[in-house]
Amino acid sequence: MKTNEVPQDKLKHYDGQHKLLYAKDETGNYSTIKSSGWEIEEAATLDAVEEYQRLALEAKNGYKDGKLSPLVFHMYDKRMDVPFLSQAVGVFQWQLKRHFNPKVFAKLSEKKLIKYSDLFGISVEELKTISE
Amino acid sequence: MHFEHNQSAHCETGVMSALLTHNGLPMSEAMALGLSNAVAFAYIPFIKLAGQPLISYRLPPKFIIKGLAKRLKLKINFQNFKDPLQGAEALEREVESGKLVGLQTSVYWLPYFPEEMRFHFNAHNMLVYGKKGGSYLISDPVFEDVVEVTEKDLTKARFAKGALAPKGLMYTLESMPETIDYEQHIPAAIKKNYKVMLGAPLPIIGIRGIRHLSKQVRNLSKKRELRDQKLYLGHIVRMQEEIGTGGAGFRFIYASFLEESSRIMGDSQLKEISDSMTDTGDAWRDFAVSAVQQTKAKGVMDLNGLADKVLVVAEKEKDVWRQLKSWSKNK
Repeated sequence: MKTNEVPQDKLKHYDGQHKLLYAKDETGNYSTIKSSGWEIEEAATLDAVEEYQRLALEAKNGYKDGKLSPLVFHMYDKRMDVPFLSQAVGVFQWQLKRHFNPKVFAKLSEKKLIKYSDLFGISVEELKTISE
Repeated sequence: MHFEHNQSAHCETGVMSALLTHNGLPMSEAMALGLSNAVAFAYIPFIKLAGQPLISYRLPPKFIIKGLAKRLKLKINFQNFKDPLQGAEALEREVESGKLVGLQTSVYWLPYFPEEMRFHFNAHNMLVYGKKGGSYLISDPVFEDVVEVTEKDLTKARFAKGALAPKGLMYTLESMPETIDYEQHIPAAIKKNYKVMLGAPLPIIGIRGIRHLSKQVRNLSKKRELRDQKLYLGHIVRMQEEIGTGGAGFRFIYASFLEESSRIMGDSQLKEISDSMTDTGDAWRDFAVSAVQQTKAKGVMDLNGLADKVLVVAEKEKDVWRQLKSWSKNK
């Protein structure tokens, strides 16, 4: 990559910040240059963000229909998934999936609820519901 | 403490360059990467990030710090903590004693990261250079300017859980050599590095790993639905361009290392190999462009075309690491 090829696509989510990239200048030697972002990278990033939003919305609908506990929504809302959350909380994946059942979730001990809410950085009250 | 913040392309190389430079042994980020021999490729299907395989363009987290320490005989004091409170107190003590302190943190819990970039990547490195009131003064190598983070937020980021959990990791540079024998270290580091790329015993590491990636891309439609295929391709691009896995950017930094080495050693051949390394980085970026274009296109994706692009990268990587191998023969 040459310095004049370094993307300067002024990505919105960079918030005016720049990344540092290595590229060859006109003398053929390496130098560092600030980049305001690459739209290729942006597309991949925003797709990943959107996927979590899509999953969170699905989980919210499942909660409203009484099919899923609010835990599923909070997991995706905090950009986590089943393998990550089970490892982080220290429960097996099958145990976590049981907690997705509203009936099982309703009976969870305060201790377990605190484990989840701490990890998400929210209160137990917030964990038990989904705000609009 | 007087501390001069310099922006880097990558967090771990940036932290090492800053730690050494601050303590009186100036070292570029590119040299820190080269001497740690941490450039690699690995396709790890059993480590999942957001349900996708880990695709890394470098050796695992901490390897740059440890690899460089081993090569240069640096003494680095690593400390982990079970208890966040203990970890917070220990950090406070080190900072008060005037040391520059390295930390491993989770990107997700760092408030100064842009919202769209906050994912659960737990191996982000940064430096603490002071404290003001209830906040730490942070030099995050990949940011343009220094930032401040409250004690509470920093503790949360240091004790994040899940894959690659930092467990409060904190490190300080305790001692280092007065000078560096580049004539000895550069060839030794290059030798170690081409061995990973050309001779790894597993078919998912090095050049064989890149070919493995190509095969996965080619067979994608047999294993996943279209939406999932697109997520997978986007994931590769993110691993390559955004996350701390190095990616194409690492090839350019390594090319810069080869160029710097060529100057230090008065060896014009290294400059030529640096150019080939640049071509390799360009080929990775070329693949990223095509991959994203395919995910945006309507209808069926040209997975064979994409897989072929990955094979082009594999060939270029093989060529450049073989050049480095034959260069090292006489060293």
